[in-house]
Amino acid sequence: MLLQTNLKHIATEDDFNKIINENENVMICCGRMGPMCLPVYDVMEEFENSGDYNHVGFRDMLFDNPDAHVIRNLPECSGFMGLPFTVYFKNGKVVKATSSIQSAEQVKEILDTEFK
Amino acid sequence: MEKYDFDLIIIGAGPAGLTAGIYASRAKTSTLILDIGIVGGQMVLTYEIANYPGVEQTSGFMLSKTMKKQAISFGCEIKSNVKITHFDCSRKVKKIIVNDSIEYNAKAVIIATGGRPRSLNAKGEEIFKGKGISYCATCDGDFYQNKEIIVVGGGNSALEEAVSLTKYASKVTVVHQFNYFQAFDFAIKEAKANGKIEYIMESTIVGFEGHEKLENVIIKNLKTGKEHYMKIDGVFIFIGYEPNTEFLKGKIDLNERNEILTNDDLATSLDGVFAAGDVRKKNIRQITTSVADGTIAAINAVNYIQCK
Repeated sequence: MLLQTNLKHIATEDDFNKIINENENVMICCGRMGPMCLPVYDVMEEFENSGDYNHVGFRDMLFDNPDAHVIRNLPECSGFMGLPFTVYFKNGKVVKATSSIQSAEQVKEILDTEFK
Repeated sequence: MEKYDFDLIIIGAGPAGLTAGIYASRAKTSTLILDIGIVGGQMVLTYEIANYPGVEQTSGFMLSKTMKKQAISFGCEIKSNVKITHFDCSRKVKKIIVNDSIEYNAKAVIIATGGRPRSLNAKGEEIFKGKGISYCATCDGDFYQNKEIIVVGGGNSALEEAVSLTKYASKVTVVHQFNYFQAFDFAIKEAKANGKIEYIMESTIVGFEGHEKLENVIIKNLKTGKEHYMKIDGVFIFIGYEPNTEFLKGKIDLNERNEILTNDDLATSLDGVFAAGDVRKKNIRQITTSVADGTIAAINAVNYIQCK
């Protein structure tokens, strides 16, 4: 169960643990192929291809994947009521989480602040 | 600062902008499309398109992907997710700077920046976006299983989405600023026939409150001025669209709704600047009418460039 994006996907809980433990900076967008999610994947692809954020691992995960509980059940996402759930990890810990659509500017601000 | 020259710059990569890109590039006009967001614009927000002639059924995402591919195949360049930090089209050479770092010059410009869902601009709206406030029923409806929600608005989108949200919610309250609905009769009838929907008319939401997520709204009666609290799990806002023309104020002729005024050739008040799609003053806003606008604007912009 994977999303149809050009991003690298997280398919299992093991994938999730591997990526956040083996990378200092990781941004994961957990959503569906819906109107609020597509713009966030697009921004991530843009930043990944820009070469300006080679120090960040960009991944997506299908919200309806049973293993996506690793994102859905994070305490930082407890009040979230809108897709996608986007979570930023530094050294395996959540440093920021957002719900619903985000612009390139909003994502850039978080990346530049949290992953300096 | 990096500098690049094009014959034509199109601002906006929705159906109008992409169509203009296809036509202009195919006419061997060097063309750049800039967009502050994703390619496809509001078209991407449409799950299912069943009335685009020649295509029985598709999604907005797929249609925009195809249009983008077509534009690129003719040599059009597209830069999405950029911020326009300077816009000066008052002279012969039009100058646009993006991200404060790249300058683009062109002989003509087409503005096709479209619109965006209108916000209530009520206190707390930004804080609870995605935490109880939504603008997409299809995306977020299933978060509200057996919960009580509000739908704000009285047009077709508001009433149709209110009915659709009753699949999930235990109760839907429609809050609308007038004492009548602007929706089509069939949409009003369908909503009125649904036992899960209640109405608060001549009212609006003036505040959103909660802790980790939305818990209460403040509803103001626009006739009496009285305000009251209402405990609520979620609010869906469908109060129409507003044009993306902030960067044009004082530079180009707009109407009272901030829509760009154009003539039959889709030329604006600025020489060499054209407008297409939802950003301009028009009555019918559909993907097909945007595509038509993009065609007209591109052909006239190319003629303008060739005559100069």
